[in-house]
Amino acid sequence: MLRYILHRLLMTVPTALLVALAVFVLLRLVPGDPAQLMLGDTATEETLAELRAQLGLDQPIAMQFLYWLGNVAVGDLGRSITNDLPVLPLIFDRFQVSASIVIVAVVLATLVAVPAGMLAAWRQNSLGDLLIVGGATMLLSIPSFWLGLLMLLFFGVKLGWLPVVGYVSFGEDFGRALAYVILPIATLTLIEIGVITRMARAATIEVLRLEYITHARAKGVPEGRVLWRHALPNAFAPTWTLLGLILGNLLGGIAVIETVFTLPGLGRLLVDGIFARDYPVVQGCLLFVAIMYVLVNLLVDLLYPVFDPRVAAE
Amino acid sequence: MRVRANAVIGGTLIGLLVAVSATATFWTPYDPLRINLRARLRPPTDLFWLGTDEFGRDVVSRLMAGAATSALVALLTVAAAVILGVVIGVLAGFVRGWLDRVLMAVNDTLLAFPGILLALGLMAVIGPNKWGIILALGLAYSPSVVRVVRATVLSVREREYIEASRVIGNSEVYTMARHVLPNCVAPIVVLATSMFGWVVLAESALSFLGLGVPPPAPTWGNMLSAARPYLDQAPWLSIAPGLCIALTLLGINLLGDALRDKLDPRMGAA
Amino acid sequence: MTQAPLLSVTDLSVTAGDRAVVDRVSFSLQPGEIMALVGESGSGKTMAARSVLDLLPPGVRRSGGRIVFDGQDLSAMTPAQMRAMRGPGIGMVFQEPMVSLNPALSIGAQLAEGLELHRRLPRDEVLRLCRQMLARVQINDPDRCLAAFPHEFSGGMRQRIMLAAVMLLQPKLLLADEPTTALDTLTQREVLDLMVELTRDNGTAVILITHNLGLVGRYAANAVVMEQGKVVEAGPSRDILLRPQQPYTQTLVGALPRRGPARPVPADAKPIVSVRDLEVVFPGRKRMFRPSHPVHAVKGVSLDVRPGEVLAVVGGSGSGKTTLGRAILGLVPARAGHIQFAGTDIAASDRAAMRRFRLACQLVFQDPYSSLDPRMRVGPIVAEPLRHAEDMDRRAREARVAEVLEEVGLAGFADRHPHALSGGQRQRVAIARALVRRPAFVVADEPVSALDMTIQQQVLTLLQRLQEQHGFACLFISHDLAAVAQIADRVAVMEQGLVVETGTRDAIFDNPQHAYTRALLEASPRIEDLAA
Repeated sequence: MLRYILHRLLMTVPTALLVALAVFVLLRLVPGDPAQLMLGDTATEETLAELRAQLGLDQPIAMQFLYWLGNVAVGDLGRSITNDLPVLPLIFDRFQVSASIVIVAVVLATLVAVPAGMLAAWRQNSLGDLLIVGGATMLLSIPSFWLGLLMLLFFGVKLGWLPVVGYVSFGEDFGRALAYVILPIATLTLIEIGVITRMARAATIEVLRLEYITHARAKGVPEGRVLWRHALPNAFAPTWTLLGLILGNLLGGIAVIETVFTLPGLGRLLVDGIFARDYPVVQGCLLFVAIMYVLVNLLVDLLYPVFDPRVAAE
Repeated sequence: MRVRANAVIGGTLIGLLVAVSATATFWTPYDPLRINLRARLRPPTDLFWLGTDEFGRDVVSRLMAGAATSALVALLTVAAAVILGVVIGVLAGFVRGWLDRVLMAVNDTLLAFPGILLALGLMAVIGPNKWGIILALGLAYSPSVVRVVRATVLSVREREYIEASRVIGNSEVYTMARHVLPNCVAPIVVLATSMFGWVVLAESALSFLGLGVPPPAPTWGNMLSAARPYLDQAPWLSIAPGLCIALTLLGINLLGDALRDKLDPRMGAA
Repeated sequence: MTQAPLLSVTDLSVTAGDRAVVDRVSFSLQPGEIMALVGESGSGKTMAARSVLDLLPPGVRRSGGRIVFDGQDLSAMTPAQMRAMRGPGIGMVFQEPMVSLNPALSIGAQLAEGLELHRRLPRDEVLRLCRQMLARVQINDPDRCLAAFPHEFSGGMRQRIMLAAVMLLQPKLLLADEPTTALDTLTQREVLDLMVELTRDNGTAVILITHNLGLVGRYAANAVVMEQGKVVEAGPSRDILLRPQQPYTQTLVGALPRRGPARPVPADAKPIVSVRDLEVVFPGRKRMFRPSHPVHAVKGVSLDVRPGEVLAVVGGSGSGKTTLGRAILGLVPARAGHIQFAGTDIAASDRAAMRRFRLACQLVFQDPYSSLDPRMRVGPIVAEPLRHAEDMDRRAREARVAEVLEEVGLAGFADRHPHALSGGQRQRVAIARALVRRPAFVVADEPVSALDMTIQQQVLTLLQRLQEQHGFACLFISHDLAAVAQIADRVAVMEQGLVVETGTRDAIFDNPQHAYTRALLEASPRIEDLAA
């Protein structure tokens, strides 16, 4: 068990380094001189040279990477070109908005989808199964940003219950803040219900055909307990892995939802950075999200033996 | 029963997409790019079936042209990702050893960028245009193909009929070409099908963000993005393009389910 | 005999969709009796037994008949009454020990569950009973076992734990569905003896569902033989095995491998394949924080195979017999040792000699479902080895393929795909592929153990006939001593990577020297023992 944890922890280090290298290389592929891009066409030759020296651009590329990596290690992701603020605090600030929406949505979706998927699997091919699978496939096929627009159209424009544009942080006014995040959370929850329900159903069907389920029934275990105690832990294991992927995917694609609902989140920071050619911000956001994703998967793997004790013993 | 229904509905939806895309390459009711400021934001009428947008352009014509763009981009992207993924995956699964380890390290690193993040990063470098999207999404999705292909190659080559081929005296390369590869086709087809859906979604998301196919060329994604400010004035602009994306994805998902059920009948009606 | 039966099944019918899988089956059994339900796959024996507990898989349902257990009509019970019956009334043991215990729950939780559900006992009393039962089934450290998870145990251990879980509730009837088919011969004997002992002490009646007639003779007083959903014969086991009345039962009993007269083999013939001090070591996967554990699968084996003889290699699982066969053919690298083929050394470095050797050898696999490429038709599969027969033109090759397919009784099957064939037919295709190049040496790795009894006999007879006809030397790898007795000229017994005894078939079977050989022979049930 301890071996498994140590092994998994150590495996994360090279992955994180390679991810950092990939981000570094990617941004170096940008055509043109970074100093020129940062300072604009009006910059003089001296200021350019000064900035190059400051950024370490006159060093060989490997040295530049190490230099950058060193800075990243102490939490220095550089300063934004647009507003000269340090990038890391900017990212943390925006990350809170994105993370709260994504995490709440995934938790809610899991709470609905896992029981629904298990129920559908338990009565495979019944009318209920057909409806649940049909509904899930429907939800799976709706683009999140369109569902968001429809929600805004209905609850914001037609009914006028919720605000259409804007954001208030929870620190300022909890009630009003809630009004701004209800729709984005509802949108993401509905979309993810589709994915998770299908996964939970498929996994439960796999598990329910196994002999240990029949063994449990042959001991006189009631159906509810068969599902809850015998099928759930085994069927939840693959779903648990999926949750890590979903969390990462949502974080990676959160920009579209933030655009629909005009939320000041991490995704919007990245996209605005791309438009403004604010490369320190773009670099910082890419690195941050990728590392978060690696960490989420690490956490998922570390908790996996709870559902499947075989893994830690391998 | 369910497999057949899935295949029929999914096939119909995708057939419709192909037919509309093909038609749009030589005919649309109006020129999708012609601006007519006197006919701005018209609601649906018998003249403009789905109304007009903020520049007075006909929505039906733009949806049709958008279908052609989306279908073409998705097709080329999937082709690029599959070709790249199969070449690398087969190489890694076949040669094994250090080459496998290096390829897999690079591949796993790319897989550590969730969802469309890698594509976003690449678009930041390449700049928004049609070929850029194909390149970015192709690169972003090929690592998952590599994973599947390599895993399939590794699992197929453990089967006894592969050993039988060696006992016969066949060379490794012949065994690979004659017995391993043909048995890897099915999972790749299933993956490519669902990937078509992911790419349609990712392309429209990038276009929605303004990082995809640049205006004035219409895509479903950038039409939705342009419609956002007119949500209260002209809600039809937000409904039609999204419905097109959703129906395409539904078609792909149903088709993918049917394919998977056919290859792995245990999940279906049994 | 006037006692009321514990279980009586009358006119039971079970359907899957609109197909009858069990057709008006009746049988009954007395308290404490051990009855065998015998049949091949598709006979409906498992479905008949599962309907007693109302545990049929989805899509399969009971369509008629009465089941009376202990004076109660099971077919009229509500689901809740049925659940109360499962466990303390009727228990069940399953075939696959690897999948019949829940991998996510500790052994303790799974043992205690039945007691907690059916008898409201205090927690420490439940624990005491579990510990006591684990000790009964010869688990060394019951306390550690309670906290452990199923994956920490071997197949035989899991089957004991399974037995413990079921017997803890002291059922009146135990349904044992092929309980030892997945285990090797020695473990099978231990587990079954334990089962008989436990049920006898508790007065539990047993329905032993099996395809193995040897087990019927050894353990069951009465037997019911099923074929395609119907009961064909029922009665005392001795009568059924020694004096079967119905044609199907006669076929079944006749299908048991039998030792024929020994074939004369010139004792001093020059061996065609000669193996000296062969060693195979699997490196074991390297992992961080853990030394790799190399597995010494073959630890220095020497044996000779003479032209035209069948040398059987027998042993339990993990004895290294399969690895030995693979290593002789060069499919698994050997760490040490020499192999001589027709008098010349085959070194891995001499590629030409290696290739000549390869082309003269063939292998028949155990699992006919995975040894044929699913995308190819039978004709091309059988023809493929002829790619390397440079001396044959196209017409000669086609003629040879047709000839071989005829020999294995599959003329006219050339255009079929493997999935359209039965297991026995597939194994015939595999044999045809192995023989198409007229090899001098064939390794047959458990070639019949995945097949049904009557099919086993057909394939075994076919192999025997073809061997006599073409005179190839054969290394016959098997755990099944009965099959070995029928086909082998000489026998080598392997245990833990070593050959512990070699001799002519009759010497090994009639006068075994090594303790392991004796244990194997003792554990493998033969119906000849009944007659004695």
